[in-house]
Amino acid sequence: MSTLPGTLRSAKEVADRRAPAPHTSMFVRMLLRAAALRRGRAASALLAMIVAAAVATAMMNLYVDVQAKLRTEFRNYGANLVIVAKNGQALPPDAISTIELTLGPKTLAVPFAYAVARTNNGQSVVVVGTDFNRARQLNHWWNVSRWPASTGEALIGVRAAAVVSANREPFDLTFQGRTIRLTPGGMLQTGAGEDSRIYLDQSEFQSWTGVIPTTIEVAANGTAAEVAQSMGQLAQSLPTADVRPVRQIMEGEANVLNKTRATLYASATLVVLTSALCVLATLIGWVLDRRRDFAIMKALGASERLVNGFFAAEAAVLGVVGAILGFFIGIGVAAWIGRVNFHAPVVPRFSVFPYVLAGSVAVALISAIVPIGLLRRVQPAIILRGE
Amino acid sequence: MFPRLVYESFRRQSRRKLLAGIAITLGVAVATAMIAVATDIGDKINRELRSYGANLVVTPQEDTLDVEIGGINLKPPSDGAFLNEADLPKIRGTFWHHNIVGFSPMLPVPVKIGSGAKAEDGTLVGTYFNKKLTFGKEDFATGVRITHPWWKVEAKCSGTPSSGASGQAAELPSDCGWPSDDSQEVLIGERLAAKLSKHAGDAVEVNGRPLTISGILSTSNVEDDQIVAPLALAQQILGRPGAVRRVYVSALTKPQDALAVRDPKTMTPEVYDRWYCSPYVQSIAYQLQEVIPHSHAEQIRQVAQNEGTVLSRIKGLMLLITLAALLASALAVSAAMATAIFERRVEVGLMKALGAGNVTVAAIFFAEAFLLALIGGVAGFTAGSLLAHQIGRSIFSSQISIQPVLFPIILAIAVLVTFAGSAAAIRRAIKFDPVFALRGGA
Repeated sequence: MSTLPGTLRSAKEVADRRAPAPHTSMFVRMLLRAAALRRGRAASALLAMIVAAAVATAMMNLYVDVQAKLRTEFRNYGANLVIVAKNGQALPPDAISTIELTLGPKTLAVPFAYAVARTNNGQSVVVVGTDFNRARQLNHWWNVSRWPASTGEALIGVRAAAVVSANREPFDLTFQGRTIRLTPGGMLQTGAGEDSRIYLDQSEFQSWTGVIPTTIEVAANGTAAEVAQSMGQLAQSLPTADVRPVRQIMEGEANVLNKTRATLYASATLVVLTSALCVLATLIGWVLDRRRDFAIMKALGASERLVNGFFAAEAAVLGVVGAILGFFIGIGVAAWIGRVNFHAPVVPRFSVFPYVLAGSVAVALISAIVPIGLLRRVQPAIILRGE
Repeated sequence: MFPRLVYESFRRQSRRKLLAGIAITLGVAVATAMIAVATDIGDKINRELRSYGANLVVTPQEDTLDVEIGGINLKPPSDGAFLNEADLPKIRGTFWHHNIVGFSPMLPVPVKIGSGAKAEDGTLVGTYFNKKLTFGKEDFATGVRITHPWWKVEAKCSGTPSSGASGQAAELPSDCGWPSDDSQEVLIGERLAAKLSKHAGDAVEVNGRPLTISGILSTSNVEDDQIVAPLALAQQILGRPGAVRRVYVSALTKPQDALAVRDPKTMTPEVYDRWYCSPYVQSIAYQLQEVIPHSHAEQIRQVAQNEGTVLSRIKGLMLLITLAALLASALAVSAAMATAIFERRVEVGLMKALGAGNVTVAAIFFAEAFLLALIGGVAGFTAGSLLAHQIGRSIFSSQISIQPVLFPIILAIAVLVTFAGSAAAIRRAIKFDPVFALRGGA
């Protein structure tokens, strides 16, 4: 009967050891020996626990982080806020720095100033002054052959190019009697209104036309509520401007994000439930498997409470160890998924640990209590006889 | 004897079989649902991405330059070329017509808004709202309510306020406030309405023509400063019947790859066919140019270029999660099988004591596992299909289609996983000395 440790030792030895802490030491011994003697079964139960905890951790981490990751992807759609000068008023010259101060330095804000100029043959064309560096970061979809680098170079929309500079030679533009000579620096293709315009560096544009920016496009990060809050803050810090949401972008994003989140939620729930089921099946098997231990303990006179406590403690230890190991593996898995899919690691969230721990221990306890309830009705003698 | 052993085992130990069967059923159900969702998610998200609006624009080939700032077009009204409205239904005749969710023609007309000396320059845009068209034998409706789902109309009418944000072509929210496509009613942009202090139901004078305002339009875009009218009305005001300045087309596309961006003129016929028969935004643009004479179709890069990334991210994510789900359900099934078999050591001992060989014992257990896997697999597939259906309905309000080819694959996976889960337990049960098993000294 290898399941009854300590019987071979001398009675005195046992009594000596028991003296300082009669119950605790035996209890701990039984727990440890139970794990050590049935290494295979204990390991498979622990493995199930670890897998479940890891999967649950990964799912919770992903669920929180993926939404932030997807929002970053959605910012590639460009600005979600537009700031326009109110009728008859001008945007303050330091508007960009005010916006960055209000929303944090990571916010992208791009100024645009518009004017209608004439070409040498009298054709009207819209000229826009902007900050190329910022526009480049905000509008990823702009297909630009080469960004202008030096003064006198302009970025020309493909349709405007056919009119002003079909052979890519320098051309003149006139605005209110003042003429500027520009060289085509690069071609711009977007499939939208930008194709019919000519883009100039902002300072060059301003010294030529004297027109200051009337529109600022802003890519504000965050959830819908955070963006709404940003709008409020901007409206306060820029009283002469109208802050408008770009509904096309915001609603599209909200739509896709909500659906993705709901799918993710459903899948995560399914996966976590399945792994909990896996743990339940394994642990119930493990406890049922040890009904002889259970019967011997009872036959030797252990109280019902002690036996229950023993099995519950065993399950709890399994749950805690599984949760801790599973948590770290799960964080690793989430980080790997983040790297593979989003090319940015998922930030570990230690705040989910209490949930994983509580869930693991709860599942472990349930899977210990169910079989004990079944066994309680059986006489120890019948189990020991081998039925 | 062999079938009888298996049969009796099922009949007499129905409770144990039930437990293992439930585990297999649940595992297979989750796997089926996840695979179905993961294979369909691309299509579903693609459709949701259409709420970003049109990804293609068709313009006349010989168009003059647009001179437009803040929604005010400074180009002379009759300048430039037009498309012919009569050609538009042909969009339905392209190879990828099933992928075309909708299209809206646009005809901006510079007008005088208001009466007498107070009249101001403004723009009236003619378009389809939800126009009923016919191509061949097919009837369909299209317009801005499908291609521009973020356009919202406010009007005084009974019932809930109208909104166009649905993303689904099939079910449009209430018609409240939207003018009918053959009426003389118009929508007025919210900023323009505030400037003129007009409300829904008022009349506005456009080029001396009194028009009824059916609702206030809010788009948070240039249309907020414009009047939007049925296309026929805009053509009347411009005096150019059948004229359309550009057409926005919203199409379901495949994320672009190396083949997509190649020039169709340089392709071999074989590659060309493959390119033509893939729903790339480029090939759909090419086909639009084919059916609409003298047109130039171009992708709207802001919408078209970003779809691919978002789509592949979401698809990749679901794929990885499906893998996790498959792993978890495989483990659950294995664990349940291992437990079920481990409990039957005594039986194994008895069989072996009666002279059964290892192979026979293993065969019996595998036969049982196979039957369990088949039954659990069929039940799980049914349950999983229902689950996937439910997920599709509640999240995407549309069907998630389950490929019939999935059924044998799922069954095979179920059998494989059940075998794998049983194998270790069966080996241990066979190795067990019958004497110990029968004595009960486990």
